[in-house]
Amino acid sequence: MMFRLQVFLIVSLGAALGAAVEVQRPRGVPLEKRHFYDESRPFTCLDGSRTIPFDRVNDDYCDCKDGSDEPGTAACPNGSFHCTNAGFRATFIPSSRINDGVCDCCDTTDEYNSGVSCQNTCRELGQKERETLEKMAEITREGFLLKRQLIEEAKQGLQEKQGKLSELQASRKEHEEKVDALRTVKETAEQPEREAKERHLKAWEAQKAALQLEKEKAKMAEVFLELDGDADGLVSVSELQTHQELDPDGDGALTDTEAQGLLSGADKVDSAGFQNVWSNIKDKYVSESQPAPPPPQEPQDSEVDQDKDSSKDSDKDADQAYPEDDAGDEEDDEEEDDDDDVPEEYDDKAPPAGPPAEHSDDSDGAMPSYDEETQALIDAAQKARDEFDSAEKSLREVDDQIKSLEKEISFDFGPSAEFAYLYSQCYELTTNEYIYRLCPFNRVSQKPKYGGSETNLGSWGSWNGPEGSKYSIMKYDHGTGCWQGPNRSTTVKLTCGKETAVLSTSEPSRCEYLMEFSTPAICQEPPSLETVAPETDPHDEF
Amino acid sequence: MWMFWAAWLSSCLTVTVAVDRGNFKTCDQSAFCKRQRAMTPGQSPFRALLDTLELSDSRLTLQLINDNNKVRLLLELYRLQGNMTRVKINELKPLKPRYEVPDILVTDPPTEPLSVVSRDENGVVLSLGAEACRLIVSAQPFRLDIMEGPQVLLSLNSRGLLMFEHLRPRKDTWRYPSFTFLFFQAPDEENAKEDESGMWDETFKSHTDSKPNGPSSIGLDFSLPGVEHVYGIPEHADDLKLKTTDGGDPYRLYNLDVFQYELYNPMALYGAVPVLLSHSPQRTMGIFWLNAAETWVDISSNTAGKTVFGKMLDYVQGASETPQTDVRWMSESGIIDVFIMLGPKPADVFSQYASLTGTQSFPPLSALGYHQCRWNYNDQEDVRAVDAGLDEHDIPYDFIWLDIEHTDGKRYFTWDSSKFSQPREMLQGLMDKKRKMVAIVDPHIKVDSGYKIHNEIRAKDFYIKNKDGADYEGWCWPGSAGYPDFTRPDMRAWWASMFAYDQYEGSMENLYTWNDMNEPSVFNGPEVTMHKDAIHQGAWEHRDVHNLYGFYVQMATAEGLIQRSGGVERPFVLTRAFFAGSQRLGAVWTGDNAAEWGHLKISIPMCLSLGLVGISFCGADVGGFFKAPSTELLVRWYQTGAYQPFFRAHAHVDTPRREPWLFGPENTAVIREAIRQRYGLLPYWYQLFYHAHRTGQPIMRPLWVEYPEDAATFTMDDQFLLGRDLLVHPVTEEGARGVTAYLPGRGEVWYDIHTFQKHNGAQNLYIPVTISSIPVFQRGGSIIPRKLRIRRSTSCMENDPYTLFVALSPQRTAVGELYIDDGHTFAYKENKFIHRQLTFANNTLISRFVDLIFSFLLSSPCV
Repeated sequence: MMFRLQVFLIVSLGAALGAAVEVQRPRGVPLEKRHFYDESRPFTCLDGSRTIPFDRVNDDYCDCKDGSDEPGTAACPNGSFHCTNAGFRATFIPSSRINDGVCDCCDTTDEYNSGVSCQNTCRELGQKERETLEKMAEITREGFLLKRQLIEEAKQGLQEKQGKLSELQASRKEHEEKVDALRTVKETAEQPEREAKERHLKAWEAQKAALQLEKEKAKMAEVFLELDGDADGLVSVSELQTHQELDPDGDGALTDTEAQGLLSGADKVDSAGFQNVWSNIKDKYVSESQPAPPPPQEPQDSEVDQDKDSSKDSDKDADQAYPEDDAGDEEDDEEEDDDDDVPEEYDDKAPPAGPPAEHSDDSDGAMPSYDEETQALIDAAQKARDEFDSAEKSLREVDDQIKSLEKEISFDFGPSAEFAYLYSQCYELTTNEYIYRLCPFNRVSQKPKYGGSETNLGSWGSWNGPEGSKYSIMKYDHGTGCWQGPNRSTTVKLTCGKETAVLSTSEPSRCEYLMEFSTPAICQEPPSLETVAPETDPHDEF
Repeated sequence: MWMFWAAWLSSCLTVTVAVDRGNFKTCDQSAFCKRQRAMTPGQSPFRALLDTLELSDSRLTLQLINDNNKVRLLLELYRLQGNMTRVKINELKPLKPRYEVPDILVTDPPTEPLSVVSRDENGVVLSLGAEACRLIVSAQPFRLDIMEGPQVLLSLNSRGLLMFEHLRPRKDTWRYPSFTFLFFQAPDEENAKEDESGMWDETFKSHTDSKPNGPSSIGLDFSLPGVEHVYGIPEHADDLKLKTTDGGDPYRLYNLDVFQYELYNPMALYGAVPVLLSHSPQRTMGIFWLNAAETWVDISSNTAGKTVFGKMLDYVQGASETPQTDVRWMSESGIIDVFIMLGPKPADVFSQYASLTGTQSFPPLSALGYHQCRWNYNDQEDVRAVDAGLDEHDIPYDFIWLDIEHTDGKRYFTWDSSKFSQPREMLQGLMDKKRKMVAIVDPHIKVDSGYKIHNEIRAKDFYIKNKDGADYEGWCWPGSAGYPDFTRPDMRAWWASMFAYDQYEGSMENLYTWNDMNEPSVFNGPEVTMHKDAIHQGAWEHRDVHNLYGFYVQMATAEGLIQRSGGVERPFVLTRAFFAGSQRLGAVWTGDNAAEWGHLKISIPMCLSLGLVGISFCGADVGGFFKAPSTELLVRWYQTGAYQPFFRAHAHVDTPRREPWLFGPENTAVIREAIRQRYGLLPYWYQLFYHAHRTGQPIMRPLWVEYPEDAATFTMDDQFLLGRDLLVHPVTEEGARGVTAYLPGRGEVWYDIHTFQKHNGAQNLYIPVTISSIPVFQRGGSIIPRKLRIRRSTSCMENDPYTLFVALSPQRTAVGELYIDDGHTFAYKENKFIHRQLTFANNTLISRFVDLIFSFLLSSPCV
C-alpha cells in the first residue's frame, strides 16, 4: 500500500480567510463564473466530478480534478487564476504562479501572501498598450493606404508588362523571320566560298606533293650513290650490308638473306630497281655523311610519338632533354604524394619535350594567300554571317526578355500582387559586424563590414507563413553550406510598416538566419475606425 | 565545449585531424608506461631490511632495497582510524624531493596504534586492531598482506611489480667533475637499462618532452583474492564494472580534453580519481592511489597466489580456484602513497574515503533544478526570449547558462559589449523571476596587454612557466593564452578575489560560475594539454601536478563565490576536469558527449562510477553536446537526466536549436512532465545531497551498494538507485516498447511511483513503455517527501507544502526523513534546519527530531 500525506509547513491557512474579505466572489474567479461559486451552497466542481462543502473552496487543498475548487490558491496543478487587471487587460495565469514571489498580474492580486510587494502597474500598462495600439492602428491605416496604392501600381505594372510581353511576342516573329531570311542569304553566300577555298587548298596541296616527290627522288638518288660504293651503278647485297641499321629483325646483324630480302630477292639493283628498295629502307637508313642520328629529324619523331602515344615516351624524352631538373621534380612529387592537388601543378610546370610541333609542320611554308576572286567570295560570306549572327542575337535577347517577363508575371506576389514592387529591389541593414542584404524573391546575403567576401544566406524558396497568413513569412534556402552543418537559410518575417526596410537580423540557430522586414504590403485592412478598447475586450475566455 | 582547433591545427600543421585515438598516447607511446609494463610478474628484486624497522605509536618505517641496483626505499605504514591502512614508499635519499600531493586530504588522517604481533627473519606481523586483522610484512621478496583471520584481503607486491625509478643524474652531464653524487652508483645492469629511450626525453607527434629530471615513474601491484568485481577510477566512457586490460591498454588517468570521445574504451578523459573499489558478496574495499601524475591502471583477473607466502599464510589453500583480481598502478612521477580502505560494507568504504578527501559539497537547492544551457545564448534578447519561452510552456527551470561567446573576445570576467551590454539588467530580470544564471570562466587567459586579468597575473608573476623560464603560452579559445598557476595558494586567493562584485563587472548574486577547459586544454599542446616540462611554483614540473590543475581551478572559483557573499552563500561551480576531492567543490559533468543513444546509455555508468568515488553531483549534457538528437532521443534524455544529480541540457553551437518546446506540443508536454517530476522530487534530492554532504554516501548508487550480496546486481548499469529508496530504470533504447527492470530484495516490495502498483522484489519485471514512460519505483518501507506544486523555479516553491509518499513494507511499516533549510546559505552549519525522522507503524506516522539542536526561522511542521 502506498499513500500520500500532505504536510503543511509554512502554508497560510489565512489564505482562505483572506479571500472572504473580497466580497463578491472567491479569489481568482472571473466575473462571469461567479454564479458557480455560491457561498450558501455546497460547491460542485465545474467538471461535475464532485461536490464539496463550500468552505473547501480556496482552502489551499485540491479537491477537484479540474482544479476549480482552488481558483485562488496554488493547490491544484492544473488550476488557473483570474487577474482582473482593472485598467489593463484581464488575464488568466497558471495557479502555480500564485504567491510564488513573482509579480504576474499587474493588479498584484496573484501575490497576496508571498511577502513580495508588487506595484499595481495596470494603469501604466493599459496606457502604454493603448498608445501602442493606437500607433499600430495608425501605421496599419497608413500602411494599408500604401498597400492599396501598391496593388494599384502592381495592377498597372502587370498590364504594362503584359502589354510589353505581347509586343515582344509579336516582334519575336519579325525577328524570327529575319533570322530565317538571313540564314538563307548566309548559306547561299557560303557555298561558293567553300568551293573556292577548297580549290585553293587543293591547288596548294598538289604543289606541296610535287615538291615533296622531288625531294624524295633527290634523296633516293643521293643514297643510291652513297650505297653504290664501287660506283658500278648497282647496289649489291654487300654494299647494303655496310648499313647494319637496316637489319629488319633487330638482332643487330644484317645477314645476306636479309639484305637480299631488302633488295626484293635480287643480288643487286640498279637505280631504277632501287626505287622499291628505297621504300623498304628509308625509315631506317642512316646517312653516312651524318654519322650521328640526324638531329633535325629525331625531335620531330618524338613529337609525333608524344602526340600519338601514352605519356611514358614523352616523359622519357623530357628526362633526357632535362636531366638536371629530373631529380628535383621527383622529390617534390614524393613529398606531395598524399596531397591530391599539388602534384598536378608540378606536372603542369614540367618542361615540354622540345619545340612545339606545329612550328615544324608549318616550316614547310604557309599556304599562299587567296586570290582576289576567292577573297571577294569570302568577304561576302562573312558579311552574310555577321548579319545573321546579329539577327540571331537580337532574337535571343527578345526571347530572354519574354522569359523574364513571363517569370515575373507568373510570380506569386501575393493575393493582389501587393509584393510585386519588391521584385528586383534590394534592402540593406548594417549591424556591428555585417551588412545584410535582402533582395526579395531573389536572395539574401551577408558581407563583413570591414572587407571580406559575401556569403549567400539563401536563395528565394517560397512563401512560408502558416495557414491563413502564408504571405507573412518568406523562406530563402540553399545558401552557402556551413562547416559540418546545413546550408544557410533565412526566414524573413514581414511586419506591417510604412517603410520598406530590413528591421533586424539574427541567427537564432547556427546558419539559420531570421530577418524582420517591414513593408506596407503586409498591412491588413483596419477593422473600422474605432479601435478596440482593451478593458472591455472579453477575449481569452476558454 | 567543442573546438575549432581541429580546423586550425590542420591548416597550421598539415595534420589531418578527424579526431581520433591517434592524438592521444597509448601505453606503448608513453615511455614510462611502456617501461613499467615491460616488467612482468615474478620475483620482486625488493627486500625489506627488517633491521631498519622503526615503530612509533602511529607508524612503522622500514627500508627496502632493490637487490638489482642497491637503491634503497623507505616504506611507511600507518594504521588509520576507521579501518584503513596507509602505505607510503619513497626513495630513502632521493636526489631531489619527489612530489607529494598536497591539499587533497582534508586533514592529516588520524592514526591508531600499530603493534607487532610477531617477528622473525622472514617478516613481521602487525595487528590492525580487532577482528584478527593483521598486516604481514614479508622480507624477501618484499610484499605486504592484509589478512582478516585466515583470509587474505589484499596483497601488495605479491606479483613483484613494485618498480621505483630512482632519480639519477643525467649521463651526459656525468662527465662534469663538479658533480659528485653520494648515492650508490648503479652497477652494469642499471646502466644497460639506461639506454632505454624515453628516459631523458620523449617525443609524441610534434612535441618533445624534455624530461630534465629523467625517469621517475613508480608502480605497484595489488592482489585481491576472492574478488571478481572492481569499479571506479573514473573518468572513462565505459561500463560500471571495470574490465581486465590484458591484451589492451590499461585504464588511463590523465586529464585530457578529448574531442568526440569514444565509448567503451579505457582512454583518459577530462577528470581523474585514482580510487578503485573492489567488491564481493563478503566484502567491499577500496584503494586510493594518491598521485597526480599521469597514471595507468592495469586490471587482470586470474587465479591467485603463484608466489610463495610466508608461513603465516601457509594454511591459505592453494587457491587455484579462488577468483582473484590483480590491479597494477603505474604513475609517471611522485611517490607511492596509497590508502587501503578495508570496508567491509560499501557504506563503510564511502565513509572511509570521505574521511580522507571530504564529502560532496552541499549545493544550493536551486542547483538541483533544471539548467538550460546552450553554446551559446546569443545575446540578452535571446536570454530573455528563452526565459519567456520556458514560462510560456510552463516549464520550470532555475539556471540559464552562458558559454564563451558572452565574453568580450574570450576574456573571462568580461561581457561582449554589444550582445551583453547590460548584464546587470539581464540578471535583475532573471532575479525578478527567482532565477539564476551561470557564466563560463575558463582558466586560459588571453595574452593581451589591454586585459586587466592578464596584466595583473603577469604583474604578480602568477603564470605557469615554460621549461625555459618564460611565461608558458598555449593556444586556446582566445588565441594565445597564459595559464595561471592554480597550484599557488596566493594565485588562488587572488583569483577568488576577482569574483567580488566590484571586481567582476556586471556580476550579481544570482550569477554563478562554470569552469571549462581546466584539464588544462591547450589546443596546440601535446595531447591537447600542457607540456609536462612546464614549471609550477616550487619548481615542480607540470608532470607532477597535472591531474590537480582542474581541481585547483574549481577550488579557487568556489572560494571566490563564497567570499563575494561574505561567507554566507553556498557556491555553485561546475567543472569539467576533476581529481580526488573535487566533490568538495561543486558539480562535474561528463564533458563533450554526443547526441547518440550510446552516449545517453553511458551517462549512467559514468555518473555511477563518479558517485562511487565521492563525486555525487554528476550529470551528462542532456540531448548530447555534439550533433542533433532525434526527438525521441532528446525526450528520453530529458527523462533520464531528470533522475540524475546534475540536470542540464546543453548543445554545441553548430547544432540546431533545441529548447524543449521546439518539437511539437506532444513532445513539449512529455519533456515538461519529466522536468516537473524532477521538481516534485526535489525535497528528496535535497535530502540526499544533505546526506552525501554529511556522510559521503553516494546519491546515485549502483544496486550492489544496497544489495551487496545479490550477485545479479554486480554488473548492472542500465538502472540505478537514488539513495536507498528510488529505483530508476530509464528508457535508453531507441524505439523501446518495454524495459526489463530488476527489482532487488527478496521479501521486499516496490511501488511504481506513477501508478502506485506494487511489485515483489528479487524479480525481473517487464514494464511496457510509451514515449512518456519513466520507470521509477519506490521501495516499500520508505517515506519520500515531494512537493506537488510545481512552479517556475525552486525558490518559487520555497514555502510550499510537502507531500509524503509513504510506501509500506510487507510489514506495513515505513521510515523516511525530511530535511529542510533555507536552501542557499551555510546557516545549516549552525543547525538552522529541520531534520525529521519519519516513522510509520501501526497506522501512525511519527515524526522525531533527527538532530538534537533544532532551530529554524520558520514554523514547525504539523503532521
